[in-house]
Amino acid sequence: MIKFDKVTKKFGSITALSAVSFEIPKNSFVFIVGPSGAGKSTIVHLLLREYLPTSGKIKVSKQDLAKLTKKELVALRRQIGVVFQDFKLLADRTVFENVALPLKFVKNDAEQIGKEVRQVLKLVGLTERAALFPAQLAGGELQRACLARAIVNCPEIVIADEPTGNLDPQTAVQIVDLLKKVNEMGSTVIIATHNAQIVNQFNQRVIALAQGELISDQPESQYPLTK
Amino acid sequence: MKEHLNNTWTNLRRSPYQSLAAVSVMVLTFFVASVVALLAAGSQTVLRYFETRPQVTAFFKDETTVEQVDQLQQALVATGKVDQVHYVSKEEALEIYRKQNKDAPLLLEMVTASILPASLEVAATDLSYLEEIAAVLQQHEGVEEVIFQQDIVTALQSLTSTVRQVGLGVVAFLGLVSMLIVMVIISMKVAAKRAEIKVLHLIGAARGYILTPFVLEGTCYGLAGAFLGWGLVYLLLLYSTPLLVNFFSGISFLPIPVVLMLALLGGELLVGAFIGSFSGLLAVKRYLK
Repeated sequence: MIKFDKVTKKFGSITALSAVSFEIPKNSFVFIVGPSGAGKSTIVHLLLREYLPTSGKIKVSKQDLAKLTKKELVALRRQIGVVFQDFKLLADRTVFENVALPLKFVKNDAEQIGKEVRQVLKLVGLTERAALFPAQLAGGELQRACLARAIVNCPEIVIADEPTGNLDPQTAVQIVDLLKKVNEMGSTVIIATHNAQIVNQFNQRVIALAQGELISDQPESQYPLTK
Repeated sequence: MKEHLNNTWTNLRRSPYQSLAAVSVMVLTFFVASVVALLAAGSQTVLRYFETRPQVTAFFKDETTVEQVDQLQQALVATGKVDQVHYVSKEEALEIYRKQNKDAPLLLEMVTASILPASLEVAATDLSYLEEIAAVLQQHEGVEEVIFQQDIVTALQSLTSTVRQVGLGVVAFLGLVSMLIVMVIISMKVAAKRAEIKVLHLIGAARGYILTPFVLEGTCYGLAGAFLGWGLVYLLLLYSTPLLVNFFSGISFLPIPVVLMLALLGGELLVGAFIGSFSGLLAVKRYLK
């Protein structure tokens, strides 16, 4: 499903990723862990093709990301749901409207969109908050709204960049629980995090990075720094 | 589409002063464009009026015989430079005089057919032949006086052409300025929404989804400007029609038919929509690169 082949990414003289290789099969649940500056977010940005690798190849569903046309890139991004660390919800739209966005890109049937959005809001527990604007939500609610937007169109891949970053431990577990549910529904889930407690609690595959290098890739593992 | 229209309306509502500035400059452009269009059409009508009037008139001496007049008519037709020749007898001249002065009985009482000269009204196939035709008429022994209006027609031709050229230049300049101003205003809005645009890109929005509200916004400025500019000119025209009719008595081009004004509106709406949408497209495309 996802293949990183000796991927290096440099920003000027700074090497964010250095010859990183790994594969993530379909329907996996993977943590990418490491301290700040390890290269976790760079992987997320590369997967979304916000920028291209300096060297190496990234393939998603057998498509080389470097060779995508504009149309193919749009199609790829519609296959990937993203939970951003800073939520990136549109401030001037309600929770409902934010969550409905990915559906509006591909559907015209307002009734159907409404139905699907309500289902997802129910799943993440935000039914009561649907009419509120992002500024009126608490941190955990913002994260759940962001998650709802990421999964509303049933994407093949869900990427969560530090989804528990600003949350209390209990809410953080709730969010990862939701992501596990999404994984069980058929999506490949990748979580970039430095939250050891969460990683250890879920006991899934862990790809560990440090200073841009891959230091371990273990199935059903614990956070490496706590071992 | 409803979604895009809602977004466009939100964009317009959230920055009313910028929207007002954009619409104002468009109104100015289309106000001037409407004035120029009406001036060009009006001057063309006035020109046509003078062109279709007898361009050379020869007044005969009282003793000139009908045979002499016929002879002159044939001589003129033979030049091949004459479009129409019309003989006005003394009696017809009196009839015309009576019609023109029907409200002044004193003037009518004093004039009889005998004091009005018979005349020959000649229209040339081309205005450049007027002098030549006038010379033929002047040489005829039965002709007392020849008058021709080449100067008026030439001046009108030159005026019409100047109105068209200067008007087009001014309208083109204003159109360009409007386009730049709308572009700058929409660019400011796009810049303010940069973060939002980036998010939309990342979650899979196609370019069209991002572009459309800004293009529609430009289109709205263009349409509103065209309609208001046209409306202002139409109101002014309706208000000043009695004055103009008086001024141009005899030349019937007022009131301007509603169909013609609606056609002008249609044309301006199309141009407005094009200017606005193109400006919006250019503005947002720069940021999407």
